[in-house]
Amino acid sequence: MSSSTPTLAQGVGTGAGASGTPFLSVRDLKVHFPTPDGVVKATDGLSFGLERGRTLGIVGESGSGKSVSSSTILGLHRGSRAMVSGEILLDGTDLLSLSDEEMRLRRGREVSMIFQDPLSAMHPYYTVGNQIAEAYRVHNDVNRKQARARAIEMLDRVGIPQPDRRVDDYPHQYSGGMRQRAMIAMGLINDPGLLIADEPTTALDVTVQAQILDLLQDLQKEFNSAIVIITHDLGVVAEMADEVLVMYAGRCVEYGPTKQILTNPEMPYTWGLLSSVPDVTGDTDARLVPIPGNPPSLLNPPTGCAFHPRCTYRDKVPGSLCTTDLPELTPAKSGGFHVRRCHLPDPAAVYAEEVVPEMQADMTGEPIEETEK
Amino acid sequence: MFAYVIRRLFVGVIMLLVMSLVTFLLFFAGPLDPARFACGKNCSEAQQAQTSKALGFDKSPVVQWSDFVKGVVTGRQFPDDPALRKAAPKLVTDCPTGCLGYSVVSTSTVNKEFKEAIPVSVSIAIFAFIMWIIGGVLFGVIAALFKGRLLDRGIVGIALVFFAFPTFFIGQLFLQFVAIKWRVFEVPDYMSIAEGGIGAWAYNLLLPAFTLALFYMAGYVRMTRAFVLESMGEDYLRTARAKGVRQSRVLFKHALRAALTPLVTMAGLDFASLLGGAIITETVFNFNGLGKLAVVAVNTYDLPTLVGLVILLATFVILANIVVDILYAVIDPRVRVG
Repeated sequence: MSSSTPTLAQGVGTGAGASGTPFLSVRDLKVHFPTPDGVVKATDGLSFGLERGRTLGIVGESGSGKSVSSSTILGLHRGSRAMVSGEILLDGTDLLSLSDEEMRLRRGREVSMIFQDPLSAMHPYYTVGNQIAEAYRVHNDVNRKQARARAIEMLDRVGIPQPDRRVDDYPHQYSGGMRQRAMIAMGLINDPGLLIADEPTTALDVTVQAQILDLLQDLQKEFNSAIVIITHDLGVVAEMADEVLVMYAGRCVEYGPTKQILTNPEMPYTWGLLSSVPDVTGDTDARLVPIPGNPPSLLNPPTGCAFHPRCTYRDKVPGSLCTTDLPELTPAKSGGFHVRRCHLPDPAAVYAEEVVPEMQADMTGEPIEETEK
Repeated sequence: MFAYVIRRLFVGVIMLLVMSLVTFLLFFAGPLDPARFACGKNCSEAQQAQTSKALGFDKSPVVQWSDFVKGVVTGRQFPDDPALRKAAPKLVTDCPTGCLGYSVVSTSTVNKEFKEAIPVSVSIAIFAFIMWIIGGVLFGVIAALFKGRLLDRGIVGIALVFFAFPTFFIGQLFLQFVAIKWRVFEVPDYMSIAEGGIGAWAYNLLLPAFTLALFYMAGYVRMTRAFVLESMGEDYLRTARAKGVRQSRVLFKHALRAALTPLVTMAGLDFASLLGGAIITETVFNFNGLGKLAVVAVNTYDLPTLVGLVILLATFVILANIVVDILYAVIDPRVRVG
């Protein structure tokens, strides 16, 4: 099968205790797209678990397979040419083994999704109320009036002022933040156990971002749903997520409790992500520290560790392991279910001794030498 | 909205004025004397001058144009020259308000010519329009649904064939085989509803309208397919699917609605230009509609008829544009004013 070890990451997560399988359990998920140029391995052996009431943050660059994985959970790949394997267990049912119709009936009711850009994610020709009510009517045997009443109720719940009037507005009459609130109302109207939020705050300005995140957290408490939040914003992760999964080139490269990932990361890619976060308390002259190089092609990913062409710590690994062997997901030093994919003999030590001092130096705005190769 | 329509109509009238003026100027820019055509083959100099005077061709084009505009507003009488009218009061033709001119070729007012031809062209246009919209959208959606599969390729291939074959070829084919050789149909001959009732009217229109519809249908199949496929890639369709909406509903409620805007634009303008006469189809089936009238008018250098046709067609197109713009507002809430 694959060179990764799903067994280790299988069903891990805080909730996966003696009870066995958690509410959402993804095991060795692979989503491959055959193209004329070869197979694009958008997701290649992804495993994680999540309990109700908890939030998982999936972090990674554009094209790392975050969105593909999540839309596969929703079954949106069906009807396309994607080749999917593995298991997606939601409340004990393997979503991949369901028929299209069975999956459709779960979509929006047991698992729903909030999209990145609410303006393009809402149909411009139908009223907001109509679109929210549709989500309700699909899964509930109610008439138009009842669905509308429920839509107004949800709009009110997500904090739209005068919901009984705004329900008849079109998406373009809403502000960006209101549109995202309306999307959330649409996603939660059937009280789904799992909510996937695909970069829900990317298209919004910062003050609105915070409101939307607060709203999501409030609603999560109220509905006790599991949330998978896809983002490339570590600030969002720090605020929202209980657990973090870092993706690179379609694979999980680091996975663990948020606190451990943010304080003791053990994978150079995660270090790069953390170093590239601007510091508001830092000197305004300080420059951002990007990760050198470009994200890899999923059509023809680098051999061995996919991150090796961009990794500045490669010389600390004995031999040419990085270019030849894919590192396994191995338990990190900080314990728990924290795992990472790295050949470094002791990444925790490298982080503490080299990365942290460098990051502190960057923040104080000391002149930085050009490090581009 | 009302003020908007009024404004558009006003601009439309100005456009018509300019277009008619240009038609007049272009007509007289040619080396031929229209009076010679009107007068006939064995026409003496004097007769030609007389004809020219009777039709007003002796005046400058701009003056003729202003007479024409005056005629449209207040009506006028023919012959144009007052002295000639006095000489032969019995031959004077009265042309009331809305007058588009007098055609010597058909020895009647242009309005009268139109009165006979418009029902024919409009009937064909409406019939063909209904056929091609239903067929085009239906097959287009089916092709989009089965994109890349045999059914899709078949539909697109057949559409290409009908798009590529000229209307006169397909029209002749129908006429020669379906009507004459196999006698499935009687050779169509236009019959108004008043003459033969709605059944005969529709029966006679079927072949010419179908000929015309095939060509347009082919284009609409491809357009509908492309528009639907394009809207299938929109984020909001993914949202609809994520809600658990049934695939057929995603297609018909969400995708087709989005594809409607460009289709309505095309359909409105195509229909309008067809109202001005389907030249080839009418000629093939020998229907005396506006298209055939245009052919005759061009061949006989019949200025009044030509100007009338230009004005008529332009009016149709301008009105269709306004209607399409109003429809936009109905379809797309983002366009609505206020």
